[in-house]
Amino acid sequence: MEFVMPVFAGFVVLFGLFRRVPVFDIFLKGAKEGIMLLYNIAPTIMGLVFAVDLLRSSGAVNVICDFVSPAADFLGFPKEIVPMVLLRPVSGSGSTALLTSLYQDCGPDSFAGQVASVLAGSSETTFYAVAMYFGSIKVKKIRHTLVAALLADFTAAVMSIITVRFL
Amino acid sequence: MLNYIWSGLIVISLIFAAMLGNTSELSTALLNSGASSIELLLKMAGIMCLWSGIMKIAEESGFTAVIAKLFSPLLRPLFPHLQKDSPAFRSITMNISANILGLGNAATPFGLKAMEQMHTLNNKNDTASNEMVIFVVMNTASLQLLPTTVATLRQSYGSTAPFEIIVPVWISSACALTVALTIACIFNTKR
Repeated sequence: MEFVMPVFAGFVVLFGLFRRVPVFDIFLKGAKEGIMLLYNIAPTIMGLVFAVDLLRSSGAVNVICDFVSPAADFLGFPKEIVPMVLLRPVSGSGSTALLTSLYQDCGPDSFAGQVASVLAGSSETTFYAVAMYFGSIKVKKIRHTLVAALLADFTAAVMSIITVRFL
Repeated sequence: MLNYIWSGLIVISLIFAAMLGNTSELSTALLNSGASSIELLLKMAGIMCLWSGIMKIAEESGFTAVIAKLFSPLLRPLFPHLQKDSPAFRSITMNISANILGLGNAATPFGLKAMEQMHTLNNKNDTASNEMVIFVVMNTASLQLLPTTVATLRQSYGSTAPFEIIVPVWISSACALTVALTIACIFNTKR
């Protein structure tokens, strides 16, 4: 699958050339937006990496993992990813911080590392999206939105284990 | 919400470190976390700038609009009460296609516009309409085709096959989306 990204990027650039838009100028504009985005999320990432590092070094993560491990083992769930499953719907930067700390502890190619990668790629910051979209039009009764969205997150967690195990 | 989670994490860490006698590890972590967060940001920085440059080309050359046209027949059945050429439906298709291409920044304005346009068609002012529920639920399931950030992080932490996760990500996202839409549709008909 390594070729997907380069082929896609090449295709987009060719499409731009074909449509006669100034591809390089637009690229520069977009790259600048990327830097601005990074600048905007930097404080959040710093704050959450700080909290996650503290949590890891205090031994609390191990205690939590040991506590949930009987249930996790029973379900075939790598216990290391439990904190991430819990934080994923709430905070994108927080789950990125947890993801990298898991890469450091277990390695990205370990079973837990792969499951966490798939989970990070296949779920979203649910609470944030719901709050933003309904908040923008001041709709308070969101009916079954949250139930459906959180069950989708749970499905993503289960499916990330199944797909890593069987593919 | 993050105010409570963040302070909760710190307080829990302090309590556990004191109980388990890990206080020296805790202070080491405190001193190192600034550097490690900058390191993480640098690892993400390159691909974020590069990819948002490429995707800006997709946006401005009309590639996103082409994708939106391709996806519109697939999205039709989910929004039966919106007219095919209504501004709300068009914003929805643009938002979904931008999300699929990983254009989070471009997707959000379309999404907000879609909500606003659906709201003008909604006769209950403080209650979400069926269309809104479906749309927001789709936005909370990750539709991204190429998980670039995750692949980059895997690469920088020494993965031998950073892209190995792509197919599992697609399957997992598709299942999550199916569950979300099924539940949304079941409850929608009950209204």
